[in-house]
Amino acid sequence: YLIPLSSSHYPVNQTTMHRPSLSACQLILRSFGRSGGNIVASRRFASSMNVRDALNSAMREEIERDPNVFLMGEEVAQYEGAYKVSKGLWKLMGDKRVIDTPITEMGFAGLAVGAAMAGLRPICEFMTFNFSMQAIDHVINSAAKTYYMSAGDVKVPIVFRGPNGAAAGVAAQHSQDFASWYSHCPGLKVVSPWNSEDARGLLKAAIRDNDPVVCLENEMMYGVSFEVSPECESKDFLIPIGKAKIEIPGNHISLISYGKFVGLCVEAAAELAKEGIQCEVLNLRTLRPLDEEAIVKSVMKTHHVVTVESCWPQCGMGAEIAARIMESQAFDYLDAPLTRMTGADVPMPYAQALEAAALPQVADIVRVVRRTLNRAAK
Amino acid sequence: MPLSSSAIRANLLLLRGGCGLFVSSRLASSAMLSTRPYKLHKLESGPASEAQVTSDEARKYYRDMATVRRMETAAGNLYKEKAIRGFCHLYSGQEACCVGMEAVLDRNDPVITAYRAHGWTYTRGVPVKAVLSELTGRASGCAKGKGGSMHMYNHNFYGGNGIVGAQVPLGAGIAFAQKYREDKRVCVTLYGDGAANQGQVFEAFNMAKLWDLPCIFVCENNKYGMGTAVERAAASTAYYTRGDYIPGLWVDAMDVITVREATRFAKDWCLSGKGPILLEMETYRYHGHSMSDPGTSYRTREEVQSMRQMRDPIASFRQTLLTAELVAEEELKEIDQSVRKEVDEAVQAAKTNAVPDPKELYTNVYSQPPSGQPNYRIRGIDQFTWSAN
Repeated sequence: YLIPLSSSHYPVNQTTMHRPSLSACQLILRSFGRSGGNIVASRRFASSMNVRDALNSAMREEIERDPNVFLMGEEVAQYEGAYKVSKGLWKLMGDKRVIDTPITEMGFAGLAVGAAMAGLRPICEFMTFNFSMQAIDHVINSAAKTYYMSAGDVKVPIVFRGPNGAAAGVAAQHSQDFASWYSHCPGLKVVSPWNSEDARGLLKAAIRDNDPVVCLENEMMYGVSFEVSPECESKDFLIPIGKAKIEIPGNHISLISYGKFVGLCVEAAAELAKEGIQCEVLNLRTLRPLDEEAIVKSVMKTHHVVTVESCWPQCGMGAEIAARIMESQAFDYLDAPLTRMTGADVPMPYAQALEAAALPQVADIVRVVRRTLNRAAK
Repeated sequence: MPLSSSAIRANLLLLRGGCGLFVSSRLASSAMLSTRPYKLHKLESGPASEAQVTSDEARKYYRDMATVRRMETAAGNLYKEKAIRGFCHLYSGQEACCVGMEAVLDRNDPVITAYRAHGWTYTRGVPVKAVLSELTGRASGCAKGKGGSMHMYNHNFYGGNGIVGAQVPLGAGIAFAQKYREDKRVCVTLYGDGAANQGQVFEAFNMAKLWDLPCIFVCENNKYGMGTAVERAAASTAYYTRGDYIPGLWVDAMDVITVREATRFAKDWCLSGKGPILLEMETYRYHGHSMSDPGTSYRTREEVQSMRQMRDPIASFRQTLLTAELVAEEELKEIDQSVRKEVDEAVQAAKTNAVPDPKELYTNVYSQPPSGQPNYRIRGIDQFTWSAN
């Protein structure tokens, strides 16, 4: 009764032609099918959509809907997007709504923030968030803080979006996960989609939000397809900002993650299900504000928690989640300390095996779950 | 310096204070005043060499400059009394720049500047009381006491920006929005001689020229970037040429009419679709960079005094008006008194008005709560301390 997934890969250039271990949904759907689980069987799937198309359609619809919305960034128009996320948009919308910028992040991010202050609704794309560091003063000091400093006089309805975290083999300067840095700052809302539904709903919600929103995507997810519900295809499909989603309910341990790593948690959950361990996979979806209620509720249910991210360990997302659990009633429900799985505390190396060892893999999550639950290693 | 008066008409002058005395004097209703010479960069011609100024305009410019001067002096004194904390960058000496530019702009032309912003805040329509109250951190401040000296805003006034140079791409963005919406407006984007070396300024120039944005970039060159004289910071101090492909004008900004005509020229330039233009306003600040800087370790007291005596924008305009018989001396004195009264009252309010309600700590972080957390609370200094809902 399960609809088979077809992973359609968008034709892209060689550097992004990496097929991640994720056709996680495929794996999880199959495993649940065999074990008779009915979590996904009850969903009605309308069609399959990859994350790239989800982002593309979200932007197209929002630009069509509101004359003040426009997209600007490097190569977004005539090149159709460095990762083809904006394919077809310039041809459809023209120069006014889809704008190629020079390679001057600080300048165009500042320009986009100024346009937002003056009442437009820019989508400012960073080719990757690594380059946002050159413009981060504008994200924080010009965008995030202005509504407060002006005591409510000046709104900044801007979206900063782009790929975040590691891709494949792009090495140290192109692999940083900025979840921690941006979610640190008041005045911003920070979202991080995992699958196509997340991408559509969160990006649309971000564009319609009157405050600055940072949308952290992942390049490795762009080509991955997911089944999406009919609701997801509606032009007004929005995902509430600040609400996490239980991708897979479970009773034994909470796996809390965001972005690409939700997929790894889903895969790990499938493998652990074979030995009777029920993982609850919580997809944060929003990093600021965190859905603390969902985190606490999950931990109170399962008594065990592992967080998974690609930020470095110190001051990463896992550190924040650990602190929140400590401060909440969930503390009394823990049967074991939290484990945070993070990027290794090194700049990202290039060689493939080193790179793999620098990030949590499915096997690592499985191992850590067993350890947390005091199960013997297999 | 005035060349000649136009036809002189008798005017009735009523002394304020309601004493009922009528004084009639032979004053001009307007005069042709000459502007100081400009320098041009990639321009065939420049602004007018003389301009008609009415007595109403003359009074307004004088009054506005005098108000800014007195307001800044009051701010300096409040700072020394420790009623103002943090940073306080005074505009004294530069009054002709904001007043002269505002004479041509209207409230639909947005302005954005850096942190030496009190003068602009006033000319953009924020009353002295609201400026000084903001400086002393009162709820009656124009940003409810939450912004402070460097973060004052008003309709079409985007501050007040603390990060050197950041306001320049922001200003280009505001101009971008105007072009996008087909508003027939210009955006005035100000920066100092120190900021003029910032990379993002050139990034903004590039996009403004590339996309023909209606942006007037204005370098307020007061000769010192904090404690560093321009010769020690810039390989080229000809700031009006540093837009390169953007035409530029050098302006003697110690004369309000010279500034006004340059602004008129620049506004016409932008609105005729010729893209951005750059004005260098050569001016001077009497005080240090901020109240923490005496301003005498990197320049001589003689230099400061000489500027005050020889080139003060208010004193020289006063002289011009008297010589051109545009405004009577009694009236100028009366304006001075009225300004003094206004500022004194504002100082009193700034010292005694209520401070912000403690709950304001948590307001205005977001303009709307996150859509999935309508009861979103803001955390205070520990997990037991929260904003009220």
